[in-house]
Parts: sequence; structure tokens; C-alpha cells
Amino acid sequence: MTGLLVDTSGRAVTRRRGSGLTAAIRRSRKAQVGLVILLVFCIVAVVPGLFTSVRHPNALQFTPRLGPSGEHWLGTTSLGQDIWAQLVYGTRQSLVIAVVAGLFATVLSVLVGVTAAYLGGLPDDVLSMITSVFLVIPTFPLIIIFATYAGKSTLIVVLIVLVVTGWSYGANQMRAQMLSLRNREFLESARVRGERRTYIIFAEALPTMTSLIVAIFLGAALYSLLTAAGLQFIGLGDPDSSSWGTMLYWSESQSALQTGMPLWSIAPGLCVALLGVSFALINYAFDEISNPALRPVRRRHVKRARDRNT
Amino acid sequence: MRYVVRRLGFFALTLWVALTLNFFIPRFMPGNPLDALRARTHDRLSPAALEQMLTSYGFKPHQNIFVQYLEYLRNMFTGHWGISIGATLGEPVSTIVWQALPWTLGLVGVTTVLAFLLGSLIGVVAAWRRGGRLDSVLPPVFVVTSALPYFWVGLMLILVFSVWTHGWLPSDFNYDPDLLPEFSLGFIENVLKHAVLPAATILIASIGAWILTMRNNMITTLAEDYVRMGRAKGLSNSRIMTDYAARNAMLPNLSGFAMSLGFVITGSILVEYVFNYPGLGYQLYNAVQNTDYPLMQALFMLFTVAVLVALLVCDFAIAWLDPRVRATGSR
Repeated sequence: MTGLLVDTSGRAVTRRRGSGLTAAIRRSRKAQVGLVILLVFCIVAVVPGLFTSVRHPNALQFTPRLGPSGEHWLGTTSLGQDIWAQLVYGTRQSLVIAVVAGLFATVLSVLVGVTAAYLGGLPDDVLSMITSVFLVIPTFPLIIIFATYAGKSTLIVVLIVLVVTGWSYGANQMRAQMLSLRNREFLESARVRGERRTYIIFAEALPTMTSLIVAIFLGAALYSLLTAAGLQFIGLGDPDSSSWGTMLYWSESQSALQTGMPLWSIAPGLCVALLGVSFALINYAFDEISNPALRPVRRRHVKRARDRNT
Repeated sequence: MRYVVRRLGFFALTLWVALTLNFFIPRFMPGNPLDALRARTHDRLSPAALEQMLTSYGFKPHQNIFVQYLEYLRNMFTGHWGISIGATLGEPVSTIVWQALPWTLGLVGVTTVLAFLLGSLIGVVAAWRRGGRLDSVLPPVFVVTSALPYFWVGLMLILVFSVWTHGWLPSDFNYDPDLLPEFSLGFIENVLKHAVLPAATILIASIGAWILTMRNNMITTLAEDYVRMGRAKGLSNSRIMTDYAARNAMLPNLSGFAMSLGFVITGSILVEYVFNYPGLGYQLYNAVQNTDYPLMQALFMLFTVAVLVALLVCDFAIAWLDPRVRATGSR
């Protein structure tokens, strides 16, 4: 229909839900590292008070431009805020944006993709057309324009915009995967048994696509994290909120790099990057789980394979 | 032939949707340009003069919205993009756009294509030497770089190569402001010097994705029977690698490239902003800062057209590489 295609060959169906996944995560070093980073950020987001004694990170209450010390681990900003405290309190919003926007975008992807593939015919044509249009339209300029007109962007506006622009990639993948499943025997037999359509989709088809859905979620969360940080960085977020993107906005507008306060820029960016890396690592491990060919090769195997080839 | 018609139809449809969104978003959002403009000019202009300015870019609140819409579409296609009402008050939008376009094409366009080609090449080699030293180091490294925010990579490069080295490489603008644009060696050198850091930023932040997907496609392709068949026939390794495996592994990567162009544009807008590089993305940022609606509209249309053109090029590249597409007209 669209000519836009997605490589779904790599994402084979996992046979058993749950047990297979946890076992595979235990085997994959990449997934473990990703999960640990994510877990640390989750704890910081839930109880920021444990990690700093500062209670109002945005208040201008310290001597400005201090270097790192025992008192202020990462120094203070040129406005007189503790950088470490801002970092700790900023975790929550950045994480919430990534997870919530990622979650809703995934739900939308699954709904659109599965519906299109399962119904086929005209609904499929219409839905895939909409999907491809959303895939192609450059979303960031659109978001910028949207955010400008919406005025000072509250969290809700940012979330809505991210979901609306972030679902199409996953929908395309879901559709392709569902199309390849549609005529499999286990779905055929469910149909012959006379099961309801919703039952077939939700109880029979979707569970076999868990790994793909998780991958779509991780992709959408990464997209939301980076896009939100970018938006806040150029000043289209709420400048009074606590988030890593907002920190980067203030450090840039106060020329932190040029005036000898590089930590103010390095730290929040590093956190965005670390969270992004944790999503990417977990995602990559999922690729390896569903496609064993991608797993790292052990030396022994390499040697044997080489011997066979020559 | 049917394939071409179909793709062009999709092209037209997407462009139309983008233009329509572009037209209706401002009109359905709270607040209107008249108020924004009044605030910007600090109430110093008479309402009539303000209204006239708005009319000049096609915002006529008293006219039928459908008539306005048709007129807007016509103006967009004929290049009547109106007059800037931002920092460069009174300058035709088309002038601003034509000044910015070459810089973006030169920086973002060239770097993106370069990153894609280089990334694909590295991916092919990494997959070919499966389990080699390159293959065990690359994937984790590029999983990390592909998750980095573009603008932050830019900031870090500025810190290391410009701030810490006391201006070893310039960190903003497209050339030194005291130079006059001319076709001389010194000027070209200056332009290239200014392009190094932003180009490196785009390259670092985008290459990882191409390497990883290409490597994964290549590994899947190398397990195919026709590759084994090629080996059995005794073909040379380089022939199997390029003609048999890479050619096929390239296909999903090409369409992936087309699909992630939007993401690249996002990154480039931010990169141009970080480096004050006077391309289209930087102009968009300026337009937003100054609520310059005509400029915003024209720029958004151009971004859409850019993605669509790149998409068409990818499509035709795929059709050229893959006879199946040409035969059936779809995949």
C-alpha cells in the first residue's frame, strides 16, 4: 500500500509470555545494565528527598557560581540554585513524560495497527494512509508551531503533542506483524471455533506480539524523552518547571559553557542521555531475544564457523 | 508506471495534509495573530495598520474561511509566501528562505547522506566479520550514541573544541562576520571550518542507528540460502558481500532512512540553534521567537517538501535495487 516498509523479520514471535522474557533478560548483559539504570532513575523520581537536602530546587537561595564542593556536589548555577538538587528533582518530570507519552503512543499504535491489519480492505487502506502521512510529516517543526500557538506549554500540552506525533512508527510495525499472523493456523482455528473477534485479537494474537509491543513502547518513550528535552531546551516548555530540559534551557540562556560553569550543561544532558541509553539498551536486548542470530558470538563458535566456511 | 503514479499520489496527499494542518492549527488555537502582533508592537500601531499587515500574509478574519483556505493553498504553491513580520520586518519571506536554504542543504543534507552511507558501510563490514573485534565493540557503543540528544552532543563539542581550546574551532555562525562572501580559497576554508562542529554533531548523533540496523539486516541476510549458494558456486567473498548480501540488506535500511528523516530534521533544527547556524531550522526558531507566522508557514511547508523529495528518491533507489518492486508495483 504505502511502500514504507518495516523490517519485522527480526522480531519473531516469542512462544511463551513471561517466563521466556525474564529468562532472556537474565541472560542478556545489555538488558540488565539498561534495567538497572532505569530502576535508579525510577527511585530518584519517586523519592527525590532521599538524595538531596534541598527542598526547593528552583529557589534562588545559594551563592551563585560556586564550583563543586561537599556542600554543593555539582556547584551552583549563576542564579544561585543547587545543580545536583535540580537534577534530582528534574528526574520525575522527564521520566513521567517519557513513560506516559510512550505508553499512550503505544496503545494508539497497537489499536490502529491491529485494527488495520485485521479488518483489511477499505479500513486498512484508510488507516495505513493516515499512518504513513503521520510518519512523513516533519513533526518537530509542527510541534514547535503548535507549542507556540498554545502559549506557555503545560505538561499536558507537551504530552498530547508527543502522543499525537509519536504513534505512527509503531502502528506501521504492528500492522506488518499482524498481517503476517493473520492467516496462521492458531488464529484460523480460533475463528473456526467461533470465537469473537475481540477475543481472537486480544487473547490469541496480541500475547504473541509482546516483544514487539515492548520494543514499540521503548522506541516511543525514547522519542518522547528526546523530543521533550529538545522542546524545553529551546524554551518552549514551562520555564518554571523542574526538568532536565528546563535546566538545559536556563544553562544555555545564561551561557553556562562560555562562563565556566560547564557542569550546569553537562549534568542534565548526561541524565537525558543515560535514560535514553537505558531504553535503547533494553530495546536492543529485546532484538537479540527475538532474533537469536543477533546475539553476540562467542569466540569458540566463531572459530568453528570459520573452519566450516574455509 | 503504476508504481510511480501511486507514489506521486501519496506525495500530493501528504503535502496537502501538511499544508492543511498548517493552515488550520493557527486558526483553531487560542489567541490570534492580531493580539500577538499588538503585543509585539506595544500598541503603537493603529488597529487598521495592524489589520493591513495581517492581510498581507493572508489572514483575513472577516472573510469566508474556505475562500481564505483556497487562497492560502494557491499562494503556497506559487511562492507568494508573504512578508516577514518578525525581526526582519518587511522583508519578503521568500528572500529569507532562499538565503537560508543553501546553508541547510550544505550542512544537514550532505552530512545526513554521508552519515547514512558511512553507517551502512560500517554495518556491512561489522556483520561480515561477525564476532570479530569490530563487531564486539561497535554495537554497544552505537546503542549509546544513537540515544544521545543532538543538541547536547553539540554543546559538548563546543565545550571541548571551542571553549576549552580557546576558540580552536568556531562555535557559531556559518562564516566569520567580518568576511565578505566571495569565491576565494580563504572564504571557503572559513566556511568549512565553521561547518566542522555542527557536521560532526549530526554525524555522531545519527550514524549509530544506520550502523546497527544495517548490521542486523546484514546478519539476517547472510543466513539466507542464496548466500550459501553463492559460496558453493565459489564466488569471491567481495562479490557475495556486495552483490548478494549488502544489496538485499540495504533495502529495509533505505526505507528506514526515509522514515527517520523527520527525526533528522528535528535534530538539525536544534543543531542549527545551538551553533547559531543561519539555516532553515535557525530561521524557524527565530520565527517562533518573534511570532512570525508567514515565515513559520513557509518553513514548515519547505520541511515537508524536503522530506517528501527525500522519500521519493529513496523509493526510486529501492525500485532500482529491487526488481520485485518494479514488477508488482508495491511491496
